[in-house]
Amino acid sequence: MTQHVVSVLMSGIFHASILFLVSAGLQVVFGVQKIFNLACGSFYALGAYVGVSAVQAYAAAGGPAAFFIVPLVLGGLLVGIVGVVIERGLLRFVYDRDETFQLLLTFALVLMLEDVIRLTWGTSPLSTGGMYLVYGQVRILGAAVPVYNLIVIAASLVIAGGIGALLTRTAFGRIIRAAADNREMAAALGVDMRWLYAQVFTLGTVLGTIGGALVIPATAAMSEMGIELIVEAFAVVVIGGLGSMRGALVGALVVGLLRAVAISVYPELEMLLIYLIVIAVLVLRPRGLFGAAATAA
Amino acid sequence: MKGRLGLAVAVAAVAAVPYVAPTYHVLLMLPFMAYGVVLLGLNLLFGYTGLVSFGHALFIGIGAYTGAFLTSRFGVRSLEVIVLTAAVLGAVVAAPVALLCVRYVKIYFGMLTLAFGMLFYTFVLKFYRLTGGDEGTPYLRPSLLGFGLNDIPKTDYLTGPYYYYSLVVLVVAAAVMWRVVHSPFGLCLKTIRDNPAKAESLGIGVGRYRWYAFMISAVYAAVGGALLGAPIGNVDPTLAYWTHSGNIVFMTLLGGFASFFGPILGAFVFIYLEDFLKSLAPSSWRLIFGALLAATVIFAPGGLMGLVGRARPRST
Repeated sequence: MTQHVVSVLMSGIFHASILFLVSAGLQVVFGVQKIFNLACGSFYALGAYVGVSAVQAYAAAGGPAAFFIVPLVLGGLLVGIVGVVIERGLLRFVYDRDETFQLLLTFALVLMLEDVIRLTWGTSPLSTGGMYLVYGQVRILGAAVPVYNLIVIAASLVIAGGIGALLTRTAFGRIIRAAADNREMAAALGVDMRWLYAQVFTLGTVLGTIGGALVIPATAAMSEMGIELIVEAFAVVVIGGLGSMRGALVGALVVGLLRAVAISVYPELEMLLIYLIVIAVLVLRPRGLFGAAATAA
Repeated sequence: MKGRLGLAVAVAAVAAVPYVAPTYHVLLMLPFMAYGVVLLGLNLLFGYTGLVSFGHALFIGIGAYTGAFLTSRFGVRSLEVIVLTAAVLGAVVAAPVALLCVRYVKIYFGMLTLAFGMLFYTFVLKFYRLTGGDEGTPYLRPSLLGFGLNDIPKTDYLTGPYYYYSLVVLVVAAAVMWRVVHSPFGLCLKTIRDNPAKAESLGIGVGRYRWYAFMISAVYAAVGGALLGAPIGNVDPTLAYWTHSGNIVFMTLLGGFASFFGPILGAFVFIYLEDFLKSLAPSSWRLIFGALLAATVIFAPGGLMGLVGRARPRST
């Protein structure tokens, strides 16, 4: 019994740490730029595919299996560069438009990136093969937990701490918080908003791509993984509160754990339960657990 | 007058399509007309009331599943009954959903509608025994005006009676919507869109009017969904997926949400372009579509109608 509970909890926390990374990317972009980026799921998928390719190339070059995580992370980080291209190439044209247009532009990105992925990597699922269990498993209260999952959970916590420190203890973080609070005032005080927006959007993209790269040894890369994840990340940010990093952390834990429990107890309820909670939160407390006040009608 | 003539020509042209165009293109007109009905309703909410729903695929799904359930489970084949039931069920489901959604505007409205849409999607996907899950439910050939029409080949049925039935539904739906948006009620919606605070101070019940607009748009989407499902012959959950909601907003924007007929034009262009691109570039049509959507958002937020309007400022 404990064995079963532990394995459900651990898989929930693993999923939550991935969800946190993608949601954190969504939050930082929404917080500063006020754009709800539907394409964050696509960045996640992009990171996953690049991660698979990097690991496969690494294995083909004869690199030691124990260090496969190095090309994986590097690939995930580097592909985040597309963020700056998309921000400079497309998004900057719509900052003064209604948010509906901004939302639709990110929807256009979803469509485009889905085909970019299909054209580059084909339609069949890709995986990193046996790399997942290279680090072996540990027994926690009788349940076998892959060490790789623990590494990802730890990495996610470190990144969460890193973002927290970045936002609260550095000059860049103060500028981000100032711009999130009042962008006109921040601009008037001499913050170069164009440069800031490029940096923030790239940060958001990198969080998504690194999330995708980290998840991939545990699963397989599929072209639909992006549009499926975005609705979960959406649930996370609604529950946690739009724009809040703490909200992303708590929301990811809620969604990740609930999903794991639902799957093991009553699979039909899986996402249904999560959307019910999302609706309850939106209706009863639209700013989420940690968000700023919502704009009610 | 000129506008009315143009409209008569357009309807006559659509009515002539089965006689002049190859069967394949005639069949493509069916989803176009079904989406035309959906978008007339969606645009009452989007263009006239200023609320962008990312969950209207929910009501398309309700309309389509109504048709599928009635024909394949309950033995009801009459399309009139199906359309009416779809409209009633759409309204029944929309009533509480709209009540909760119209309390918010902008991004929160979009998120709440998205959440309801995905709730319905996961429901039909997961409750396999009831809905057939991802395999869907068959939508048997409906009878039209009491005529069974089971003895003619499917293509003849779809390009003949069913085609004109859809056209009549679209024309009636457009006529009703035209009356709605040009009534005092429609003016109130536009006032709410442009300045809700002022509308409230003028004594317009903002929340109530938004609720009405949502209800009408949901009924239109359900009726459109009932028309959309029959030609496919099978209704599956992808009809209710969030990307489908995104696509219909895309169609509206493509045609031009600021114009009454813009969304219908958008549906037409979308359907034919999608078909053309899918055969021309099967693996990259989404890429081209995405680029087209991005270009529309950045360069032509008024859509195709906006482009035409700019070229001929006083045309209508």
